[in-house]
Amino acid sequence: MASSKSLPPSQESIEAGGGLINRRWLMKSGLAIGTFGLTAGAARAEQIGVPEWSSTPGKGMSGYGQPSPFESDVSRPALKLFTDGIADESGVSFTPLEKLAGTMTPNGLFFERHHSGIPEIDPAKHKFAIHGLVKRRLVFSVENLLRYPMVTRTCFIECAGNSLFNSLAEPQQRSAGEIHGLIGNAEWTGVPLALLLEEAGVDVEAKWLHVEGADAAKMSRSVPLKQALAGDAIIALYQNGERLRPEQGYPMRLVLPGWQGNMCVKWLRRIKLVTKPLHTKDETSKYTLLQKDGKARQFTFEMGVKSVITAPSPGVTPSGKGLYQVSGLAWSGGGRITRVEISADGGTSWADAHINPGSGPQALARFRLPWLWDGSPRTLMSRATDETGSVQPTREAWYRPFAAGQLFHQNAIQAWAVAANGEVRNVYA
Amino acid sequence: MFMPRTLIRIAVVASILIALPVNAQDLGQQVTEDDLALWDLTTESNGTGLPPGSGTARTGQSVWSENCAACHGAKADGGPAGSLVGGIGSLTSAAPVKTVGSYWPYATSLFDYVRRAMPYQDPGSLSDDELYAVVAYILNRNEIIDDDAVMNAKSLKDVKMPNRNGFVSYWPSPLKN
Ligand code: HEC
Repeated sequence: MASSKSLPPSQESIEAGGGLINRRWLMKSGLAIGTFGLTAGAARAEQIGVPEWSSTPGKGMSGYGQPSPFESDVSRPALKLFTDGIADESGVSFTPLEKLAGTMTPNGLFFERHHSGIPEIDPAKHKFAIHGLVKRRLVFSVENLLRYPMVTRTCFIECAGNSLFNSLAEPQQRSAGEIHGLIGNAEWTGVPLALLLEEAGVDVEAKWLHVEGADAAKMSRSVPLKQALAGDAIIALYQNGERLRPEQGYPMRLVLPGWQGNMCVKWLRRIKLVTKPLHTKDETSKYTLLQKDGKARQFTFEMGVKSVITAPSPGVTPSGKGLYQVSGLAWSGGGRITRVEISADGGTSWADAHINPGSGPQALARFRLPWLWDGSPRTLMSRATDETGSVQPTREAWYRPFAAGQLFHQNAIQAWAVAANGEVRNVYA
Repeated sequence: MFMPRTLIRIAVVASILIALPVNAQDLGQQVTEDDLALWDLTTESNGTGLPPGSGTARTGQSVWSENCAACHGAKADGGPAGSLVGGIGSLTSAAPVKTVGSYWPYATSLFDYVRRAMPYQDPGSLSDDELYAVVAYILNRNEIIDDDAVMNAKSLKDVKMPNRNGFVSYWPSPLKN
């Protein structure tokens, strides 16, 4: 519930224009922070009763636990990419970012992108081959891979087409997740690719990996060997402690922390060592960035530094003036997030948000900052910086080199306009 | 307080943990390239990996009508899954049109993709001759090759795609994107 007592805060507690305030002042003030999307509670009118769940035993145990039925609206909104009912299974579904808190994405809500649906793979029959420029051509069963030494690494996977809607000429009125939710953050456990390559014995001429999936699209990408040998590449078998879900590549997928999601090939079946990249459809026709000069950027593997405010955001609205906690997510393929700034006056002044400690490189970081809303129209933005010094660009600066319609690697600053009635809209500012 | 024995046990466990990542388990089953022939769809832009066989746009016309037209249009120029034809010269315009003809740098990539993923509902169903023919048909519809030009492992890699030099590699790159 929002509170409006002891307003306004003293001058030194103000961090930036539009009502962004200092956390220390907040602690001292004892003000209650409002919750987005809820109307302020009414004054207590009667004695609080004992609810029925406190007077009868509840349900028993279950094999695989499910969310509360009261959370049934928390699901992945899907988007079909083709008309006339063709290829309906080849589309996307978005992580509902604005309905989640913290940094980890639950497995059932992790975004999807399929190019030929989800194959139903029997792990007893699945095989994974390493061949080409190696001393020993090897085939692994899932059972064998499960016996290898494993590593655990938390990182995000982001589709290179994430935030594509913000490349359109007019701002689309969609939720934060429906715009920026082609990303998920998880703890991946699996076998370091370097270990299996060592067993195969890589020839000196080998410079690239041709990585291929077992789905009907036989998803196919070229990955530079150097990255795989640096030790970061994992053949993941587990996501957040359990075996991969079918839509995330069961029984195994490649995880390349910080790189285009499309390269983290799902349903992995084959890696061939070659001398040069293959120029497959998904590294020429798609996932390349056409510039105004007619040239296209190819092999832009690393995902840029980015952030988005999830509260407030479209559908997650303040209910009347008062104190709120602005909260959101930041990430970078380049490393750790070192700074997130928030503006409540359309980018005129900025305040440093508090970054929840503990997020590693190429992982989602949660940021927060108190905001004392005076009830007037405000434009909120967030701007992330990573450990390499890369700063999230404005939409205008991001778009400058690109041709009309270019939508890959969209990492521009998101602006949310909060109207006097609390409604939040996507705006280009 | 640690007892010496506990310390030794910790040291032994730690050394195993450190040793694990460098000791491969050698559980991979050794195979030959021949064993993997049905899986090996890798096609390089120098033609390596292209199978024997051939076809022309003329023979490709019927392969197209039967297998592709429903989703990409009767003449490869539209339909629910999008056009594969046109847009050549449009990439520097205010409304660039990216198709196989205007955007793809290599004809070998077209063969590779159709072989591995198309027709969408039944990939792998076309013979190598049919694949060359339907690829020839798409190239011909883009006026890149003649009606009777024979596409095979040798000629396909020599096809000069209009946007052959249109890509700038960002790996490894000093530039951020
Ligand atoms: C049932 C519908 C369907 C049929 C039939 C079909 N396709 Fe496709 N095609 C698709 C879809 C869907 C995609 C996009 C796949 C993706 O998202 O990766 C596609 C993509 C393509 C592309 C890549 C286009 C680009 O610019 O990136 C080519 C080339 C192609 N198809 C060729 C063919 C050929 C040749 C045939 C016939 C042998 C064929 N298709 C039959 C649905 C179809």
